[in-house]
Amino acid sequence: MSEPLLRVRDLHAWYGESHILHGVTFDIDPGEVVTLLGRNGAGKTTTMKSIMGIVTRRRGSIQFQGRETIGLPSNAIARLGIAFCPEERGIFASLNVQENLLLPPVVREGGLGLDGIFGLFPNLKERLRSQGTKLSGGEQQMLAIGRILRTGARLLLLDEPTEGLAPVVREHIGATIARLKAQGFTILLVEQNFRFAATVADRHYVMEYGRVVDMIPNAQLEASMGKLHDYLGV
Amino acid sequence: MATQALFGQLLIGLINGAFYAMLSLGLSVIFGLLNIINFAHGAQYMMGAFVAYFLLSLTGLGYWWSLLLAPIVVGLFGIALERTMLKRLYHLDHLYGLLLTFGLALIIQGVFRNEFGSSGLPYAIPAQLTGGYNLGFMFLPAYRAWVVVFSLGVCLATWWVIERTKLGSYLRAATENPTLVRAFGINVPRMITLTYGFGVGLAGLAGVLAAPIYQVNPLMGADLIIVVFAVVVIGGMGSIMGSIVTGFALGVVEGFTKVFYPEASNTVIFVIMALVLLVRPTGLFGRAS
Repeated sequence: MSEPLLRVRDLHAWYGESHILHGVTFDIDPGEVVTLLGRNGAGKTTTMKSIMGIVTRRRGSIQFQGRETIGLPSNAIARLGIAFCPEERGIFASLNVQENLLLPPVVREGGLGLDGIFGLFPNLKERLRSQGTKLSGGEQQMLAIGRILRTGARLLLLDEPTEGLAPVVREHIGATIARLKAQGFTILLVEQNFRFAATVADRHYVMEYGRVVDMIPNAQLEASMGKLHDYLGV
Repeated sequence: MATQALFGQLLIGLINGAFYAMLSLGLSVIFGLLNIINFAHGAQYMMGAFVAYFLLSLTGLGYWWSLLLAPIVVGLFGIALERTMLKRLYHLDHLYGLLLTFGLALIIQGVFRNEFGSSGLPYAIPAQLTGGYNLGFMFLPAYRAWVVVFSLGVCLATWWVIERTKLGSYLRAATENPTLVRAFGINVPRMITLTYGFGVGLAGLAGVLAAPIYQVNPLMGADLIIVVFAVVVIGGMGSIMGSIVTGFALGVVEGFTKVFYPEASNTVIFVIMALVLLVRPTGLFGRAS
């Protein structure tokens, strides 16, 4: 049994005075694609932002490659090899596509080169001089994922990468996630759409009220449909 | 209308414009990244002139050394302010930063006035830049030509670094979304400190340039800073080229007003500010956020 790449134990987090996470516990093994499922407000995004150190008021334990990160600022956490793609994508309007792509510093060896990124997202190559926010929603999502592949980070946190995208673009993102997994990336995915999640993930953690309440291996997803409907209220 | 007077005022306008541009550039960069309206900017400009004066009178280091050292000294002073005071205010409304830096400006200017009075201390034009050129239609003092050319160069170099380099792309990105830039592994708090130091250092540099023209006076920044804020409002917060162009242009407008309607020369910039705010509240070059 290999040691988990990410080990989260009894994670609590607060936004100001509101206590959002109430003891989140889960593991991600190297090379896995794992999703966080749950209703709006269950704490999925907050969990990601706590791992990344963006939510600063947090308690518990988050170990990455055996190293405790709970006391580190987000820039130090990124330097360990974790990269974040936010739900709102975070494309910078004052930077062109190339500058956006080159912005995140390389923190480790082994990241994709620009050619590798253009191999996944050929559209970006045509638009290097465009202002970042002039791209279509799908292209912005590709840019937001593409730019963190350069950095050499081994754990990617993708917050709702398919939200608001056309089905064909969603398929492209799904295929990309599969290719990244094949290349050895470990991915934590927040998804509202569990049908999409089922096509890419190895395991699913279900969150409710700031806790992980269940874990469903992808193979058992069909059999767990009834349960899942209850959790997600769909 | 005597062309002599016209060109004379044009030159004075360009000189004033050079100072407006350098100071509003620093204010704009600081506001963009720190969300602080740096009211101490005028006092820091004055400090640049005083550092030049001290370097000469205490250590014998002349103008050229001051041009290098004074911005560093004033910039380090700014860094100390940022580390000890300003960094506590970033999560609060702009108003708190304005009040703190306004208070700091009053204290700094008060201390200097207490020590050195308000009549001003002389600072000589460096020997290499005395004299001037007779252009036929006017006499161009060499030092004034130097100030315009040098400050234009500094402004354009700053623009180039911010808009065209990797370092500048960090600055622009952090101005938009510091949290995300930090989550990419960039030490944004250190960048904020250095940016404040840079903006303040730019004010110090302007102070050295001003010393031979306006004398070294504890209140030299107090009057100027009000006009510079109007320039920033007209140009639009956060636009680098906007600050530069607006700074020089308004200096020239002010100069021409002195020729054609001298009574309005002190108010013309504020009238323009009011008009711009009515028509384009984000300023001529500003982006609506």
